[in-house]
Amino acid sequence: MRFEHWIYTIPLWLRALFHRNRLNAELDEEIRDHLDRQIEFNRARGMSPEEARLVALRQLGNAALLRDQTRATWNWNGLERLMQDLRIGIRTLSRTPGFSIIAIVVMALCIGAATSLFTVVRSVLLRPLPFRDPARLVMVYEHFRGGELSYHPVAPADFYDWRSKTHGFEDMAIMRPAGYNLTGVRNELPESVQAEAGSSNLFSLLGVQPALGRDFTEADDKRGSTVVMLTWSVFERRFAGDAKIVGSQIHLDDKPYTVVGVLPSWFAYPDASIQLWVPYKADASTEMLQHHDWHGSQVVARLRSDVSLPRAIVQVGAIQYQNHLQYPHDPVAEDVVSRSLNDDLAGEVKKPLTLMLSAVGCMLLIGCLNIANLLVARGAARQKEVAIRSALGAQRATLIREQMAESILICAAGGGGGILLSLGATEWLAKTWKDLPTAQSIHMDGAVIAFACALMFAAALIAGLLPALSTTGKSMLKALQTSVRTGSSSVSRTALRKSLLTVEIGITVVLLVAAGLLLKSFMQLRATSVGCVVDNMLTLQYGLPGKTYDTPEKQNAFNEMLLARVRAMPGVRGAALGTTVPGAGYWGSDEFTVKEHPPLMAGEHLPDALTRWADPGYFGALGIPLVSGRFFTSDERLARSYKVIVSHQLVQQYFAGEDPIGKHLHIPGRAHYGAPNLADFEIVGVVGDILYQVGKEPKATIYFPILEGRGGAMLAVHTATDPLQFSVPLQKQIASLDPELPVSDVLTMKQIIGASLVNASLSATLVLAFAILSLILASVGLYGVLSYLTTQRTSELGIRMALGAQRDQLLQLMLMDGLRPALFGLGLGLMMSFAATRIFQSMLFGTKPLDPMVLTGVIATLLAVAVLACLAPAWRASRINPTQALRTE
Amino acid sequence: MSKPSDLVQGTLDLLVLKILALEPLHGWALSQRLKQVSGDVLQVSDGSLYPALHKLEQQGWIHAEWKPTENNRRAKFYSLTRLGRRYLEKEAANWERISAAISGVLRLTEV
Repeated sequence: MRFEHWIYTIPLWLRALFHRNRLNAELDEEIRDHLDRQIEFNRARGMSPEEARLVALRQLGNAALLRDQTRATWNWNGLERLMQDLRIGIRTLSRTPGFSIIAIVVMALCIGAATSLFTVVRSVLLRPLPFRDPARLVMVYEHFRGGELSYHPVAPADFYDWRSKTHGFEDMAIMRPAGYNLTGVRNELPESVQAEAGSSNLFSLLGVQPALGRDFTEADDKRGSTVVMLTWSVFERRFAGDAKIVGSQIHLDDKPYTVVGVLPSWFAYPDASIQLWVPYKADASTEMLQHHDWHGSQVVARLRSDVSLPRAIVQVGAIQYQNHLQYPHDPVAEDVVSRSLNDDLAGEVKKPLTLMLSAVGCMLLIGCLNIANLLVARGAARQKEVAIRSALGAQRATLIREQMAESILICAAGGGGGILLSLGATEWLAKTWKDLPTAQSIHMDGAVIAFACALMFAAALIAGLLPALSTTGKSMLKALQTSVRTGSSSVSRTALRKSLLTVEIGITVVLLVAAGLLLKSFMQLRATSVGCVVDNMLTLQYGLPGKTYDTPEKQNAFNEMLLARVRAMPGVRGAALGTTVPGAGYWGSDEFTVKEHPPLMAGEHLPDALTRWADPGYFGALGIPLVSGRFFTSDERLARSYKVIVSHQLVQQYFAGEDPIGKHLHIPGRAHYGAPNLADFEIVGVVGDILYQVGKEPKATIYFPILEGRGGAMLAVHTATDPLQFSVPLQKQIASLDPELPVSDVLTMKQIIGASLVNASLSATLVLAFAILSLILASVGLYGVLSYLTTQRTSELGIRMALGAQRDQLLQLMLMDGLRPALFGLGLGLMMSFAATRIFQSMLFGTKPLDPMVLTGVIATLLAVAVLACLAPAWRASRINPTQALRTE
Repeated sequence: MSKPSDLVQGTLDLLVLKILALEPLHGWALSQRLKQVSGDVLQVSDGSLYPALHKLEQQGWIHAEWKPTENNRRAKFYSLTRLGRRYLEKEAANWERISAAISGVLRLTEV
């Protein structure tokens, strides 16, 4: 049965597909044959030739409609009609190339931007990490009660207790940042590399198999262990992807390490800068591992499938509270908090990303509305054509389909262009946005292209359906009825265009307000002073390898020699040697107590402060003012270095109404090497506050003398002229002291501070770009609507003039007509932005959602643009020659 | 006017198939035959025959073929296929059943 059916129908299908023209000709012939026979029949019954023909035609019915109905029964009819609609669409679009190009470019920009951001959002926020069952991976942090929720790094001693005494997690692993000088076995260039030290179960917990070699074993994870795993990037870059490196040796800080494995290329965790991994305990002293206040590690845990996260965390929290009670005078946190691994990685970028995605969504909507508006205008111009065609029997669906074809074509072309655009834009974004955690895995794929296509389709629907429905409604027959003379088009359609415009302007206002606020935040950030000299300041970092510089004396000798040489260089105004400079980041902090104060109550929050090291000339060279007391002397070194300088902020917070000079800070985390009971430091001076990072509140800071002996240092040089010219001479000075010593991060102070602003500047710039584009779109829309209104009302204006209306009255009339939707839109937009800006309040700095300056700026800009957009058509309207206007139809 | 609204949907198909079952015909002859057999009861405009014929052809119930006719002309003749014949039998039986049922209902005497 089925088979037989196909025998009959398949040839028909093929004929209908490939011999369309012959089918049409045959149908014509068939109908002609019918008519001929009917005419003959009629004549045989005695009618005149003319009468016979007329009667035959009447009997047949509407021949054109008949053909259509017959064709509708053929196969592939839908396809044929689609092609036809598209052909007509292309023809209409190419008749107005200006309109078409603008519309396509607008669509391409909007869809391109949306696709790029979606790509980033998908890679960063939506796509689970390629770890095994990532939904059950969480990060566990310590949490000091009383303060606001903070994700405090974990002390290893706490971690070992958690891991052995709780049962809610399948396993827990620990890691901490480390850094090494990587030197070659055969005189390759030294380089300093960022590394992580991780417990041996970390990779198996994450579900990561090494691409080459093996994972760490339990036996590797002990003090003095000399095994290392390479990440793919360093394996490719430095070792040319040679698999023979597995099993051979590399030198870290001049000690030989054996490479046991290479991690897969996709593995960029916690971020892409990590070059190698060593076992957690490899270079940690036994005391470090036993201290409950050695905060500096991250803990990742895999939840058991039959335990809920809150239950598991409560268990860990209970263990932690016991530890806290056990060491009441040490900074041991009372509680723990957790967050998913994915959130942990995305934490910093989630908000700006969401903000930008919404901004781009708004822009896309504005683009659609604008195209809808332009199409409504075109629809209005074709009103009579549509009315006549529907009077002749065209179905509404056909007419709507035809108009939709135009918007589909625009959106398809725009979408194609947009995808191409976003290929470039995504790459740029991933490169520019420093905080993105998985920057190298951001790329387009099938899902993103599917998203772009869906976007395209939605845009085509929004932009096409509204105008198509409005022009083909029941009221369209009125177009035929209205006398040619009145000329004014239907009120409802103008109202539609105006309300589209109002929404468009409203959304633009929201974008403008957001952009204004972000821009102001960025300006404020740029203008904040970090509390020291920023101009003409060059910084560089080096780390003295522990093998050559094995005593504090040797380290001091190098550091002091270098300082003396640099200060003697011509053009150098001053040089500071410390561990970090203001504006370069958090760096490190320690808890302390004041020895002269009464002991803290149990449960009271331990004060903590940033910790930095400085040479005697540090503050002078950086221009940090002395508030009271004195700077370090070169005598405060080695065993005589139990002196500290504190910041003004620390004095205000912890020595209110007291003289801090001569008091002692008890800092258990800084117990002197080899003398764990010596942890008291005398305050000798108070200096001005600095910002560790632009945009953050100043924090209490403690400075230790660097001459107690430190191998790692940051040199800041204040120069008389362009600081970058000094980078090579400075490195030569270092090379002359030690040719093996690698120097890293040669940056100007401005670059360091700028780097922390890159993200603020990026979000401000992007949102501003979206807002400006939206403003242009809205003003084009405003101009379009008013121009259209003017042509529609030409004869009306002519009559008014003939009756004695003044030109400036007409100007005012038309201007008000255009400005009304702008004003409504402005009001609507301001209301919406009150709600919208609250959402990203935390991204603002030095400004608030209702910033009067920003709001005034936005209102002024929008009004100015609206008046400009309205002025040209209104002016044209007022210059109409009345006699000519009365003659136009 | 275009659609025989009085005809139950699908009835026209049934009539066409039945007439073609007797002998292959071209369009005009079919329309004449329809008028003859149904009298003036079934008002079918000539034109509405063609969409119906083309639909039946696409479904494989009937087969179309150009054949020469008198005076050197040619016409498109439609004939029933084997599938069409089976379909007709099924549909005719269906129709009998339904119309019998409806007539039965209509013949009920009012009380």
